Amino acid sequence: MVESTGEMIERDTILGRIREALRVTAYVPGGAGLPTTVDRRRVLPAAGATFDERAALFARNAGELTATFNVLQDAGTLAAALGVLRDAEGWTRVAAHRGELAGDAARSLGLPLLFTDGGYDRNALERCDVGISECDALVAQTGTVVVTSRSAGGRALSCLPPHHVVLARREQLVADLPAAFQLVAGRYGADYPSVISFITGPSRTADIERSLVLGAHGPKRLTIFMV
Amino acid sequence: MTAPAARFDTDARGVAPDLRHRSIIQTAMAKYEVVRDRSQSWFQDWEGARDLAARTKLEAVGRLDTYLEQLVRNLEARGTRVHWAGDAQQAREIIVGILREKNARVVVKSKSMTSEEIRLNDAIEAAGCEVVESDLGEFIVQLRGEAPYHLVFPAMHLTRSEIRQTFEAKLRDAPSDDPEELTMVARRVLRRTYLQADVGITGANFAVADTGMISITENEGNARLTAALPRTMITLIGIEKVLPRLEDLALFLPMLAVMGTGQPLTCYNTMYGGPRQPGEADGPEEYHVVLLDNRRSALLADAELRETLGCIRCGACLNVCPVFRNVGGHTYGTVYGGPIGAVITPHLRGFKDWVHLSYASSLCGACTATCPVKINLHRHLLENRRAASHRDARWSYKIGFTIYAAVANSPALWKVATRLLRIGMSVRRLVNGSVLDPMRAWTRTRDLPPIAKQSFREWWRAQGR
Repeated sequence: MVESTGEMIERDTILGRIREALRVTAYVPGGAGLPTTVDRRRVLPAAGATFDERAALFARNAGELTATFNVLQDAGTLAAALGVLRDAEGWTRVAAHRGELAGDAARSLGLPLLFTDGGYDRNALERCDVGISECDALVAQTGTVVVTSRSAGGRALSCLPPHHVVLARREQLVADLPAAFQLVAGRYGADYPSVISFITGPSRTADIERSLVLGAHGPKRLTIFMV
Repeated sequence: MTAPAARFDTDARGVAPDLRHRSIIQTAMAKYEVVRDRSQSWFQDWEGARDLAARTKLEAVGRLDTYLEQLVRNLEARGTRVHWAGDAQQAREIIVGILREKNARVVVKSKSMTSEEIRLNDAIEAAGCEVVESDLGEFIVQLRGEAPYHLVFPAMHLTRSEIRQTFEAKLRDAPSDDPEELTMVARRVLRRTYLQADVGITGANFAVADTGMISITENEGNARLTAALPRTMITLIGIEKVLPRLEDLALFLPMLAVMGTGQPLTCYNTMYGGPRQPGEADGPEEYHVVLLDNRRSALLADAELRETLGCIRCGACLNVCPVFRNVGGHTYGTVYGGPIGAVITPHLRGFKDWVHLSYASSLCGACTATCPVKINLHRHLLENRRAASHRDARWSYKIGFTIYAAVANSPALWKVATRLLRIGMSVRRLVNGSVLDPMRAWTRTRDLPPIAKQSFREWWRAQGR
């Protein structure tokens, strides 16, 4: 391996330099100590107090981001809603993971199906028209979908196919970013998935003359169903 | 004048009068300002947010040793290999060593200014690997053999037709100069690269000590794919990017977005806490994090400059800087341009060679006013100038100011000198701006206000009082 005693010595050298540097005291304005959740909520954009306000805010933010947000009455109507998308976009291959919502929904489409659970052929995933995943939370404040490598079928399912469909439950809608981070911390404790991703709209770039193009490397479309 | 200072001088003279460059930059910045102001207005208290961000960062760098050790402990606990690099050469050796061990042929990279700082791509190519930048702007400047123009917008100086010409010449694939079609060309090319690449290399925006995670902010999804598909992943990160707690990101992610691109939140904010874990579908088998010092500890040791380690590389100070807008990003000749680059580069790369950048400012303070972590940028520029005059005072200045002090302290001498000056200035007007003009450095491109016909004392006396 590349690690050697040389690198261990380097670690001690750098930490030594840092400790030496920190013997010089610098002025810290506003007193020491770290800001709290209350401090952050006081400054961040407002996020709505009730479920309805938050759902409306999420819908507005999703619209701004050119994501599609649909609220469904129950899981039974999900298959029909996905069927409409399948027909409109002419899907021929579907990727998903074996989640409670995502597994059944993907099977209902009646198309060749790739499940990413436990490993898959990446070239096959690249040829899929859509990736269907679940999520950990929806954030009203920013229109964000929070996914992890455990809740959403790995790292690439929500990023490689040109259309990412997110299936969320009503109770997964949270008010703001602090709440989303607390939810993730509470849900996983010390046993974090290797990836947590805050997805805010479909992939985009403005690197050419600052003009917006969707689908730079990730999905061109993002559709969110809340059941 | 040092060689970098002479180059700055020449390049600035070339770019500043270039009206085409000016209109490209002004158009881009006008778009940025509109969305930035809109996103900022959604904050309940933006100034309060800046205070919290500054406080968090000062706390983080103020206990950097503790937070770094916590970060490393948490990263290692979940199978990440952490490497420490004291300088650029060590960082290059560590990364090239990993590439050799993995017999890597193709490396895909997501955006990393720190990798520019250590000139990583040159080292990777010298080791016989192909390295491909995957961020669209970086991909474009890599094809052109240029350095990134701006911390956040690497290709903002190019027009769509220039980019089409580059794609035509280098990729033989340029359907039109429509930004969407050009983006899709890059998407197709890079899809193949992601699937082939043996190793993915990323930069990072934050490192979270309490959970042991690396946070990467991006819009395109290129970093996510770089972190998902290759079998080995490497992240290069400066030691100053540590945040104490995961929830600190709830503040820093939206602030970085608002200041960086003007968005309320960047499209993808992803936290990486290790290689593929048991039971997960995909991800690299190995995850390496390289922590880079490269003289950051020298900034830490300076009580005044320590706060510059709070910089989140959002680029906001570049965007508002009148000098940056006029001389352009490449003129600085440094990885970090604009006000923050002018402040830190002399301390990172050699004071004598780079302190001239501290004079590339009108000290208007727009940078300080916009900085999300409240770095007192224009004061540091002034401090750099002060340090330069202490270290290396020019004889001509010393003599000049000694004479001036003597004249200004004596009413009689002052009276004579100002009379002589008025005569001298009226003679000078005959040669205004020409090679004979002793004030040519100023008058070549600017007007000089005419000197008053009488002094205040003369005017007072003429009033008969």
